[in-house]
Parts: sequence; structure tokens; C-alpha cells
Amino acid sequence: MPDMLNIALPKGRLGEHVYDLFEQAGFPCPSIRNPGRRLIFENEEAGVRYFWVKPSDVTVYVERGAADIGVAGRDILLEYEPDVYELCDLGIGKCRMAVAAPRDFRDDMRRTLRVATKFRHVAETYYAARGREIDIIHLNGSIEIAPIVGLSDVIVDIVETGSTLRENNLVVFETVFPISARLIANKSSHKFKNEAISRLVREIAGGRS
Amino acid sequence: MTENFSFTNDERIIFTLRALYTKYGYQPYRMSKFEEYDLYSRNKDFLVSEGVITFTDTSGRLMALKPDVTLSIIKNTRDTAPDVSKLCYDENVYRSPKGASGYREQMQIGLEQIGGVDLCGVSEVLWLAAESLASLSGDFVLDVSHLGLASAILSPLPPRDATRTALLKCAADKNLHGIAEIAKDHPLPDGMGARIAALIEASGKPARALPRLRALAGELGIPEAADELETVLSVFDGTPYADAIRIDTSVTGDMNYYNDIVFRGFLREVSEPVLSGGQYDMLMKRMRRTDRAVGFAVYLDRLERLGETHPDADADVLLLYPSDTPPADVHRAVTALIAEGRTVFAASHGAGRLTFRATADLIGGEVIFRA
Repeated sequence: MPDMLNIALPKGRLGEHVYDLFEQAGFPCPSIRNPGRRLIFENEEAGVRYFWVKPSDVTVYVERGAADIGVAGRDILLEYEPDVYELCDLGIGKCRMAVAAPRDFRDDMRRTLRVATKFRHVAETYYAARGREIDIIHLNGSIEIAPIVGLSDVIVDIVETGSTLRENNLVVFETVFPISARLIANKSSHKFKNEAISRLVREIAGGRS
Repeated sequence: MTENFSFTNDERIIFTLRALYTKYGYQPYRMSKFEEYDLYSRNKDFLVSEGVITFTDTSGRLMALKPDVTLSIIKNTRDTAPDVSKLCYDENVYRSPKGASGYREQMQIGLEQIGGVDLCGVSEVLWLAAESLASLSGDFVLDVSHLGLASAILSPLPPRDATRTALLKCAADKNLHGIAEIAKDHPLPDGMGARIAALIEASGKPARALPRLRALAGELGIPEAADELETVLSVFDGTPYADAIRIDTSVTGDMNYYNDIVFRGFLREVSEPVLSGGQYDMLMKRMRRTDRAVGFAVYLDRLERLGETHPDADADVLLLYPSDTPPADVHRAVTALIAEGRTVFAASHGAGRLTFRATADLIGGEVIFRA
């Protein structure tokens, strides 16, 4: 029997959308539609096993080979720089990484810029390329509050529609990079399960063209 | 009966590989655990891990526990070309693993050819890389590439240019869509994006990938790159390893150190590459050496769980003796059981959580097995 293809999907709406794509590409696993509290679903006949994992953990599962392939946002890939192959831009889950601040914010170059973010590495890389000295304030959530309560000057965070920013009187000042979901593969799995992974990539790329 | 307990995975692999390398004339090379820190600070980008453990020695010099073996070998050998030195080693290195705090001691085994290295020498190193992988697992893949192609494609961009680095990362990640993303922000010289894409796509079994690489190499005016690749891979033709060899242009490396043939080995059972190597003439030049060099390392820390077996017991026999038994009686009973080919754990009361295939009591100098 050929090896099972282990796929890490990000929990949530994006993951459900991704599963639809994979199902259409010939990797169905109907039990995943009725999950209950289960997190692992298997279709032996189709040779596929899906895991639901926290979106930011997908790269960990794939890099360490617990999953052969997975789907992660470009934000996560640039933040953690996992040693994986990035095989395909799925063109879904589109949003952007942006610098946002209160409308009246003016960058005072005489001072260190205080940046609140979940994405430490992304923010450091972005400002290092501009030669701007910053003080990173690492937060795990509700980033938008930081400039309002004076914790930071700006935030670096994911912006989808911008409605959360608007409701908190923040505006986007710069786009750091656009984001979309990417199909990633473990480097070793890509050697030993190449046929199944290549078939999936081909089908998905074909379905999108 | 006793074999399961005799060797750790690391020891078994080291004995096997050292025997293999010495068969091909590689001389075991021993080095000090310490080097002057300056050696590593000047070649920081060559190191796999950023952190280096340093200390000041008794004469006030800043020393480092070696994080890398190759740099030490280069520093401690002299140019010998046209002669060639063939060296092998098994040494501990001290590194800070990616994403982890602190340092780890890791055993590394590998070999180097330094001096008048020719294509026969490079082929031999590739062959030994394949033999090493085959000795570890029945299912391996050796990815081989030629850095000359990526180097020629990216040559219009300066060496430390951010776009050049980003494009090389696209090649390493097999990321075709990333090329367009880069080009959107930083206009690329004519044809560069298409050529990097062609390079990424020219991977697979040599019979399929070589014609593509040959066409690309011809377009770049470096047909010798494809010729070299074909020549060094010809040692695998008609051998049992032929099916495990792939041309994979995602194998890259820092072009300030590596050049020409580079390779990486994978085992089905392990999620990361377990072997990495290539020609590093550029590193030699940086260290003011005129010799050429090629080599590889096997990462033993990644093989810790390879072929992992859980023995059904920690030893064959738990021999229990009364606390007033004369030591000579216990010794006699233990050595007699060992002579029968058993492993023995002798204790007066017990052995904690260890497990045994049988329990025996030493009563009046006699070993009596419990039913």
C-alpha cells in the first residue's frame, strides 16, 4: 500500500476553504466535514490523512515531518522562516501585513520608534532595511490597543478588511507585504512522496488556471 | 542476546562510516575541542548555527568550543596541491539549534578532500555520500546540483544584494511564485526571473533533468557546468544507487564559500537532510589557501531515532542476592551468567524501574531462576 499523505490544515475558515481545494484535487476525506472534537481524519482509500492545527503551528508540523505538506500564510513563513519547500500560492486567504497607527501619527526620526506586534522578526527585518531604530513590543493579541493607550507608536499586524483598525481609529500607513496562503512541503517528504505531492500541486495549479 | 545492549546508534554509525572511509584511504583526523574565536568570527556566515561558546584561556586569548569541523581542518592543514589529502573525522561540535535557547553538543562525522581535487575526487566523495546514506537506510535520496548555474544567472547582481539573496532563497524553496513577487518590487535584469524559474524546474532524475540543465547552461555560456555534473554522476550509472540520485537545484549554499558541485542526502525515516556537502574552493580562497576542497558531513543528531528499537528488557537477568553475600560469590555468579551470553544486573534489593527477561536469586552460591 502506498504511504499516506499527511496534511496539516490551519483551523478555521481558511482551512475549510483549503480542504475544498484539496478535495477537488482528488484528495477527499469526507469525515472531516463532521469533525466534532476530533482533529485527525483519515481516508485510507485516497491515501490521505488530515490534521487540524493552529495556523501558526502548521509550519512546525511540516518542517519536522509530522505532516508532509500543509498550508500556511506568507506572514507565518516570513516570521518563522521554516526550512520547507514553498510549492504553490493558493491565491486565497488574501490580506496584507501593514504598519498602522492613529490618524495623526507623525514619525519623529529623533526618537526610537515603538512598534507593537506579534510578528517580531517581520517588523525587525522591515525596519532594519530602512535603517530605522525601533523598540519591539511583543504582544500576543489585541495589538490595536497598543498605540491608543500609549504603549507603542505604531503596530505591525495583519490587515484584512481594515474594519478593526477603523473601529479603533487607526489607519494603515504602509503595506509591508501582501499575504496569501501557500502550500508548503517537508523537504524529505518531497523526495519520498513526490508523486502524490506533485499530483496535488498539478491539480491545484490546473484548477486555478 | 546481548547485541541489543552493546552499541548506541551513534557508535554503530560511527564505526560503520569510519570503516567505510578508511577503506578508501581517508586518514582519521583528530583536532582540539577549542579554536581561537577569531577563526569563526571571520567566517560567521559559513556556520550553521549563529551562537558560539567562548571563553578566555589562561593566556588571555578568546577561545571557542568548535561549532564546525571544516574550518578547523582548513586552518590546521597546509596547501598540498597537486597532491591531495583525504581526511575523515568524527567530532563533537557545539551549536545553538535554530529556534532554541542554549547550546547542544552534536556529534558530526564526515570527510574532506583537500589539495589537487579533480572530478574523480569529487565523484569519489559523491559515491561515499551515497554509500554512507545506504549504510544508514535502505531508502535514501542524494540530491546533487551545480552552483555554477545559479551563480551565472545571478551574476548581474552584487554578491550581498538583497534581491539576489531573495532569488536564491526562491530556488532553495522551489518557490516559483516568489520570483514574480520579488520582480514586482525590484525590477530584475532581463531574463533573470525566467532563468531562475527554469533552474527551479530543472530537477528530477538525471535522465530528465540533465537535458534541461544542459540547455540552460548553454544559454548562460557555461556548458561545462552541465558537463561536470554529468561526469561526476556517471559513477552511479548501472549501480544499485542510480535510482536514488536526483538532480535538485534547490540544493544551494552561500556562494561566498561553496562552488560547483553541492549535494544533500535524505533518508525516508528522517524529516531533515542528514548529510550535506559540496566543493568549497571559495572558502579556501577566503582563508588564503590555494588548494581546492570538497567534503561532506553526516549529522548524527538527526539520526538519533533512526532504526529505533525498544528492547523488551533492560537486561537479561536480574540477579538478587542477600545483603550478607560475600562479594566474591556475587562476582562468580555474575561472570558465569555473562559467560553464557547473558546480560546481568546484580542487586541486593531491586533495580528501580528497569525491566528484565528473568529474575534469579543467588542462594548459597547457586543461581536459581524464578519460575
